[in-house]
Amino acid sequence: MRLLRLWPDDTRFSFMRFRRVSFPFSAAMSLLTIALFLTVGLNFGIDFKGGTLIELQARSGKADVHAVRTTANAFHFGEAEVQEFGNQGGLSLRFPLQSGGEAAQSAVVQKARDAFEREYEFRRVETVGPRVSGELVQSGTIGVILSVLAVLLYLWFRFERELAMGAIVGTLHDIVLTIGFFVVTQIEFNMTSIAAILTIVGYSLNETVVVFDRTRELLRRYKAMPAEELLDLSINSTMSRTVMTATTAFLSLLALVLFGGSAIEGFALVMLFGVVVCTYSAIFISSPVLIYIGAIGRAEAPARDQRVPQPAE
Amino acid sequence: MLRFSTSKIVATIGFIVIGLLLAVPSLFTPQQRQGFVQSIPSWVPAWMVPTRAIVLGLDLQGGSHVLLEVDVADLVRGRTGLVNQLRDDVRRVLRDNRASVEGGIQVTQRGVQLRISDPNERARIAPKLRELSQPISNVILGQTGARNVDIAESPDGLFQLTLTEQGLNDRVRRAVDQAIEVLRRRVDALGTTEPNIQRQGADRILVQVPGLQDPQRLKEILGQTAKLEFRMVAEPGATDVDLLPSKETPGQTQAIERRVIVEGGDLTDAQPGFDNRTGEPVVNFKFNIRGAQRFGQTTSENVGRLLAIVLDNQVISAPRILSPITGGSGQISGRFTVQQANDLSVLLRAGALPAKLTIVEERTVGPGLGKDSIEAGKHATYVATVFVVIFMFATYGLFGFFANIALLVHVGLIFGLLSILQATLTLPGIAGIVLTIGTAVDSNVLIYERIREEVHAGRSIVSAIQAGFDRAFATIIDSNSTMAIAAVILFFMGSGPVRGFAVVFILGILTTVITAVTLTRMMIALWYHYARPKALPF
Repeated sequence: MRLLRLWPDDTRFSFMRFRRVSFPFSAAMSLLTIALFLTVGLNFGIDFKGGTLIELQARSGKADVHAVRTTANAFHFGEAEVQEFGNQGGLSLRFPLQSGGEAAQSAVVQKARDAFEREYEFRRVETVGPRVSGELVQSGTIGVILSVLAVLLYLWFRFERELAMGAIVGTLHDIVLTIGFFVVTQIEFNMTSIAAILTIVGYSLNETVVVFDRTRELLRRYKAMPAEELLDLSINSTMSRTVMTATTAFLSLLALVLFGGSAIEGFALVMLFGVVVCTYSAIFISSPVLIYIGAIGRAEAPARDQRVPQPAE
Repeated sequence: MLRFSTSKIVATIGFIVIGLLLAVPSLFTPQQRQGFVQSIPSWVPAWMVPTRAIVLGLDLQGGSHVLLEVDVADLVRGRTGLVNQLRDDVRRVLRDNRASVEGGIQVTQRGVQLRISDPNERARIAPKLRELSQPISNVILGQTGARNVDIAESPDGLFQLTLTEQGLNDRVRRAVDQAIEVLRRRVDALGTTEPNIQRQGADRILVQVPGLQDPQRLKEILGQTAKLEFRMVAEPGATDVDLLPSKETPGQTQAIERRVIVEGGDLTDAQPGFDNRTGEPVVNFKFNIRGAQRFGQTTSENVGRLLAIVLDNQVISAPRILSPITGGSGQISGRFTVQQANDLSVLLRAGALPAKLTIVEERTVGPGLGKDSIEAGKHATYVATVFVVIFMFATYGLFGFFANIALLVHVGLIFGLLSILQATLTLPGIAGIVLTIGTAVDSNVLIYERIREEVHAGRSIVSAIQAGFDRAFATIIDSNSTMAIAAVILFFMGSGPVRGFAVVFILGILTTVITAVTLTRMMIALWYHYARPKALPF
């Protein structure tokens, strides 16, 4: 039986040469993301913005966006966003945060139920008051920062400081571009999105660590090899694994996008993007960064050599 | 080590079989599980039979999640709040000791102040006032040394009584405890299955009710303070009155005497019923002895006047007292619908909340959406598994087959662990399972690629396999640790559905290390032992 090989054995591809393209490219994309983030902005969900989200399913199977919008706007609860959603006959209805504190939000749901209950099934109702949404923003931000710091700390202990730096540059790059993906696609940004970003942080490091593990090992074996060549060798020898894992992760996420239903689709799409970006950055960003910060150049010093943990033989 | 001792094989298989057995109950409906439990012979110890099924989150089984917050401002500054209670206490002390103060008692931001200029009088009253400051006792810490009221006395005779931070926190804590009890009684009266009511943070209560048909009604039942008072409608020209809105004539207010005759706490029972004469839905109630006495006395003294029934500062109705009501029971009318009368009696039976609660977050998922999400999740899991299984087999052949067995065991173990831990499976949790299907094989891929490299470097098969497992192991630990760190942080900061994702992810990392490393190594070792291959199968 002839088996599938996605990546040929023993390649000698010069990945490091691409840093002259990948660095300006990623820098430009990151800047573009920041510009878009500041001008267009994220499409914050009610978790972070507060307000009310209602998902309706037409009992007749056919939703009337226009009629629902007209009725909803007549409540005078602010501009109601009405969109078709999910399957046939599905609608999503969003009301902004009401002034008048926590209690004022409940009135919106009551009014909507009175108006639409007869023709539509209420599939989901979510109301988040101003205080809770503020706290969610806070805990979400803290979570992302904390995870980056915790992982940095871990890498610092397990690897050397310079390698940890390279990994963190790659991870930050992935976070920024993922946010860019949110901005461009206008996929709703909510608590699940934070989960997606943290998972991407994990995956990004996972990818980088596999390459760096090899770098560390080769560093010990070929003390005199120039940095560029050494990194190329690390990437080439782990490349077939990188392609394999990216493919399996991609396939499972693809199943999630295609069959997971509308509630999880956004999450799956972002993760799908994350897998691509993380694979790219592990090869073209994190590793070349090591050349720039001189992590490998000084590796010939004998003192450093002894700090490299010896793999079990 | 490519040689597995028999005991090691037995241990590994035993662990996996137990893990998988734990997942079995989830395959059946609760009725089927019940039948199974009854059918096992009595000599089998109960703990040996796995009966726990996976707990589905509200987003999958449908239901309501309501987060309520104690209105601390109302608790402190409200009409019957702590500041006013303190003022009443001070007033009582002064009255009991026949002391008078110039300028009266002033209410401050978080307490009261009063001035006693005469030094002799001050010396006489000061100790009495100090008795108002009570030590706070704590169930856990015992006497903490903190007091509920801070009393400052200035040389010119100004007393400032301020509620302390600790005293306030203690009151909020107690209010939450009492409120949880009241809410539990209320929710139980709705007859729903397995509601979950718990404290969250310092001043919040989380109520989760699965599979509720009418979430709006739940919110109404949760949110009402249900403070019932019987008070007299004021005569014209009376002082010491409150202007309260009337339910019967919306938009109008009625002057009601401040003095409360009987409170909801004096009720022993409340039941919905119908008025004999009009057929209108009403609530019939019974007083305890104290309530019956006071109610009887007041109604005898005030025949012909109007009696206001006040619920949460709204006048429900104000019937005329036609004759003394001494039997200790009565009836509340107020143009109720049948359901309103029903709910009001539930609220009165359960008792009033110790403080006003505000709904700060609500998330309700209809049962239809939950069912659809489960279906979609199952579908995605199957498809992802098929994709990955085919791909792994196409790439690694027999070794891919080993990895696939490990993958299936991995998914089964996640379900087994979720069942035994009774962790909640949410929709993001299902997404986590699908994602780990893609990433679980990573460990196998790392090992296999390493083995291939070692063979290319000229090693024999057995030593290549050996080296592949050994060398890849450090990488597997490193790469999974970084994933685990992110997942643990997500677990601690996330709530509800997102936490479900983190749980699955953490469990997935654990099981993948076990299955990908131990189980596949065992399979490969056995294969090598029996097949004695000359070349790698991939």
